Amino acid sequence: MTDAFTFQIDGVEVTAQPGQTIMEAADAAGIYIPRLCDHEGLRHQGGCRVCTVKAGGRSVAACTQPAEAALEVENDTEARRRVRRDLVEMLFHGGNHLCPICEKSGNCELQAMAYRLEMTAPTRFPWLEPCRAVDASHPEIALDTNRCISCGRCIRASQDLDGKGVFGYVGRGIHRRVAVNGADLAHTEAAGADLAMGVCPVGCILRKGEGFSVPIGERVFDDGLIGHEIEAKR
Amino acid sequence: MRKPRVATVSLAGCFGCHMAFLDMDERLVTLMERVEFDRSPLTDIKTFRSRCEIGIIEGGACNEENVHTLIEFRKNCDVLIALGQCAIMGGLPAMRNAIMHSDDPLRECMEEAYLTGPYLRNLTRHVPNDPALPLILDKVYPCSDIVDIDIQIPGCAPSGDIIFDTLTALLDGTFTGFDRQHLRFD
Repeated sequence: MTDAFTFQIDGVEVTAQPGQTIMEAADAAGIYIPRLCDHEGLRHQGGCRVCTVKAGGRSVAACTQPAEAALEVENDTEARRRVRRDLVEMLFHGGNHLCPICEKSGNCELQAMAYRLEMTAPTRFPWLEPCRAVDASHPEIALDTNRCISCGRCIRASQDLDGKGVFGYVGRGIHRRVAVNGADLAHTEAAGADLAMGVCPVGCILRKGEGFSVPIGERVFDDGLIGHEIEAKR
Repeated sequence: MRKPRVATVSLAGCFGCHMAFLDMDERLVTLMERVEFDRSPLTDIKTFRSRCEIGIIEGGACNEENVHTLIEFRKNCDVLIALGQCAIMGGLPAMRNAIMHSDDPLRECMEEAYLTGPYLRNLTRHVPNDPALPLILDKVYPCSDIVDIDIQIPGCAPSGDIIFDTLTALLDGTFTGFDRQHLRFD
């Protein structure tokens, strides 16, 4: 395309089309930028900030920041990795993420991100251990908001793809949470086949009747680090 | 030459991490040639015989005895390792902390375990309160909430490979971290 331009990520020249975000151009070039709230097919939100890169000297969310000609982006450096690791660790501490008892373990993007970012050092953060209810009211879907990281994927998928608006944010600041548009999930338009039920990165939204259909040890991220498919394009 | 000494203990865990030691298989012999075990369920020694180079903790702290043991380990070990998810973040026992959805999770937990649970046969009809039993804590604490932890080996249970590789690298003085391809929290 004639309007294509180039910019640099960690010194590697990347070609971008006008209108592409830094992350879209990076994905196409086989450079993985870690992300949690962003999901293919959903509009970008820039909420989790795990994709934070330094572009032109400023910290920006790579999923929402448009690529610009001659921009210099810092992505996979120790400083960026440290910020991302802290963000992911705080997400673990903000909910109740007990990997050994979670059905999503091995398929969980939060867990996989912790592996990729090597979240192994003794923690410096307090555990918030919030007390949140489990909503098992729906015959096909279980909702355990103890594991919610407020990424908003389900909100965007339900609104934009399913055309329903089953999920939405309530509250502000640290109290902002994902809630359902009804007394409980059974009193919403939610259906097990909704696309919104398949985009949760963690074990918060689970389709019932599928538990452990793939055994631990043979799951998505037992096969390789998160993002390896993108890196394989290079 | 005096061999480096290793002490281990299981606090609020299931002994699975100690069982994972056996997953080192024949490499246990290799390890035994390099170290001497001090207090440990493996030796059945209950108190420290001398200062240890390495202390390995399985499980978090759920009662006062766990806290005393943990502090004792910190005092007597150069490098303290939290082995497995329970030691690192409370693990399964920590389910009683918050996800009971109760204003009084400890009371509710004890009542369900000893008084109201549907599959109980508790002839005394009270929660065990023998003075010999260690006082249970308000919640389950990860080890790093109580003492400084030097290294965490993740997993539930950690594989024999990660335990062997970590201990070997520590003994060689070459430990720099884990291979992220083999990190597992489950």
